[in-house]
Amino acid sequence: MSALLRVRDLKTYFVTEQGKGTARAVDEVSFDLYPGETLGIVGESGCGKTVTSLSILRLVPEPPGHVLPGSVIEFEGRNLLALSAPELRAVRGNQIAMIFQEPMTSLNPVFTVGDQIAEAAIIHQHLSRRAARARAIEMLRLVGIPDPEERVDDYPHQLSGGMRQRVMIAMALVCHPKVLIADEPTTALDVTIQAQILELLDRLQKELGMAVLLITHDLGVVAGHADRVVVMYAGRVVETATTNALFERPTHPYTEGLLAAVPRIDAPRARLHAIPGQVPAATDWPAGCRFHPRCPYAWDKCVAQEPPLIEIGAGDGEGHTARCWLVTEPERRQGKR
Amino acid sequence: MTNPQSPALAPLLGVRDLVKHYSGERSWFGLGAPRAPIRAVDGVSFTIASGRTLGLVGESGSGKTTVGRTILRLQEPTSGKVTFDGNDVFALDAARLRALRRRMQIVFQDPYSSLNPRMTVAQTLREPLEIHRLNGAVAALLEEVGLDAAFAKRYPHELSGGQRQRVGIARALSVEPQFIVCDEPVSALDVSVQAQVLNLLADLQAKRRLTYLFIAHDLAVVRHIADDVAVMYLGKIVERAPAAEIYAQPRHPYTTSLLSAVPEPNPRATKQRIVLVGDMPSPAHPPSGCPFHPRCPHPLKSERCRTEIPPLREITPGHMAACHYAETPMAVSTP
Repeated sequence: MSALLRVRDLKTYFVTEQGKGTARAVDEVSFDLYPGETLGIVGESGCGKTVTSLSILRLVPEPPGHVLPGSVIEFEGRNLLALSAPELRAVRGNQIAMIFQEPMTSLNPVFTVGDQIAEAAIIHQHLSRRAARARAIEMLRLVGIPDPEERVDDYPHQLSGGMRQRVMIAMALVCHPKVLIADEPTTALDVTIQAQILELLDRLQKELGMAVLLITHDLGVVAGHADRVVVMYAGRVVETATTNALFERPTHPYTEGLLAAVPRIDAPRARLHAIPGQVPAATDWPAGCRFHPRCPYAWDKCVAQEPPLIEIGAGDGEGHTARCWLVTEPERRQGKR
Repeated sequence: MTNPQSPALAPLLGVRDLVKHYSGERSWFGLGAPRAPIRAVDGVSFTIASGRTLGLVGESGSGKTTVGRTILRLQEPTSGKVTFDGNDVFALDAARLRALRRRMQIVFQDPYSSLNPRMTVAQTLREPLEIHRLNGAVAALLEEVGLDAAFAKRYPHELSGGQRQRVGIARALSVEPQFIVCDEPVSALDVSVQAQVLNLLADLQAKRRLTYLFIAHDLAVVRHIADDVAVMYLGKIVERAPAAEIYAQPRHPYTTSLLSAVPEPNPRATKQRIVLVGDMPSPAHPPSGCPFHPRCPHPLKSERCRTEIPPLREITPGHMAACHYAETPMAVSTP
């Protein structure tokens, strides 16, 4: 099966204001998204996951940001980075759609939700206003909003946070995209509403057969909803694996530390494992492995030379890779932690 | 465990029938009839024994933050009584309230907006000491929260979220309080940093014999810090129990649903997820009867739930729940 979306060596840098240098927010990121699957991109603030998603649709503000030459974002064989503005518009919101974290700031407060959902259908599918309104009502029903004939004329402020996120999803899906990029779609929501939205996304994905790029900081969300996972740290991909392999055999010490740091609902009260230190600044990534200052296993090789993404080997599903020298010297893991 | 009968564990903090209503806005630019009042907190009672942690859990709009602020009189209550170490907090005049506040502090959720951007860390930490005419060393405070003494000269914008939250904790500790309201202290932090701050709070509690009211929306976080847990819904406590018990056998269907909604970092988890329908109703127009009944997934839900408000009552020793059917709780997820 060939990839629907192919990202290769994506570099998105930002020029900082006070001449403090260049922030290498996304630094040689590569991954594939296959039709119908959910790929989770997981990492903490500043790891580059959101800039990655914005780069795919060329939504990074330039300046200060820019995607470096040599980066490739291929959708159905076409490099999105090489498209003209009108060609890109035909893809954006139509074949690749996006939902954002904060539904209140992503909706326009002075238009009804119906108008906002209908807009994409009018632009991309050339529907009449009347047909687009009917489509908007149909979409509101699809995303589980009660009384869609009435809600279609509501303004965003009249809806709850969960309802607004449903409207965002309706807007994104109105043209039946092949790829949905969901950037922290439930982070701003309460846990019971989060469960509703995640269930909705799962159902819609099955019904519409789209691929989902799920960007989140929450390992619990990834565990329940992604088929494969890309872990990012300091602008780099540090581990890729199927979801089961990642949670059962986390290999990169960052993944391992992150999993151990999550408070568990089923664990007795105890001290949590914390990763010491903090994420370094994007203008000043550490030399060698970017995680080495916080890594419990690091040795001189990690300081001297950054590891590539190394295949973990047979028996662990396809494509389990980690950017860590421990893969080649597993005996060094013994006796620590 | 908060046990008011035991003299050894006399409660440090007692909250009884706390009510906070916000008067409804007037429509028509302030000229029309006032709208229904918002019942943010609607009759909340609990005690916390010295040295213990009560986790107060709920979703947005449940009233948990208002409870924390009203206890410290950062907001004036509508009615109710709060006692702190024998003092009636709501009856104190300004001078005595100020003296009492030295013993009761708060750590806020957002480390970005709760520090003054124009003050260095040292100035931030010295201010409460000056107000209360105390002596204290900034360097020692910083060390206690795990920050290098060099941070004293920095401004908040030079700090990461986790470092700011450490400064917020140091500020609360500076006046040597006995009791701290921790209002979502780790919600804005990344997972790895969240673990650092939670461990710090636990260490400080052990070292200084602190008493915490730990307000959070995240049941998993609360599990790692609280001795007892109270769950709020629409301004009321719907369940309260020792932590181990409430996680093992929740008695209120809202608690059960909340627990089942927490995403588990385990792809092979086979727990049955209860997905609640609808949103939390507006606290201006709470439903009749049990406030949870429109969303309740309990199989025994009946007409009684629609008409009769279930009181918070003791189901098993020390375990309180406000559900007519708490004796036959919903099945907990099977791990």
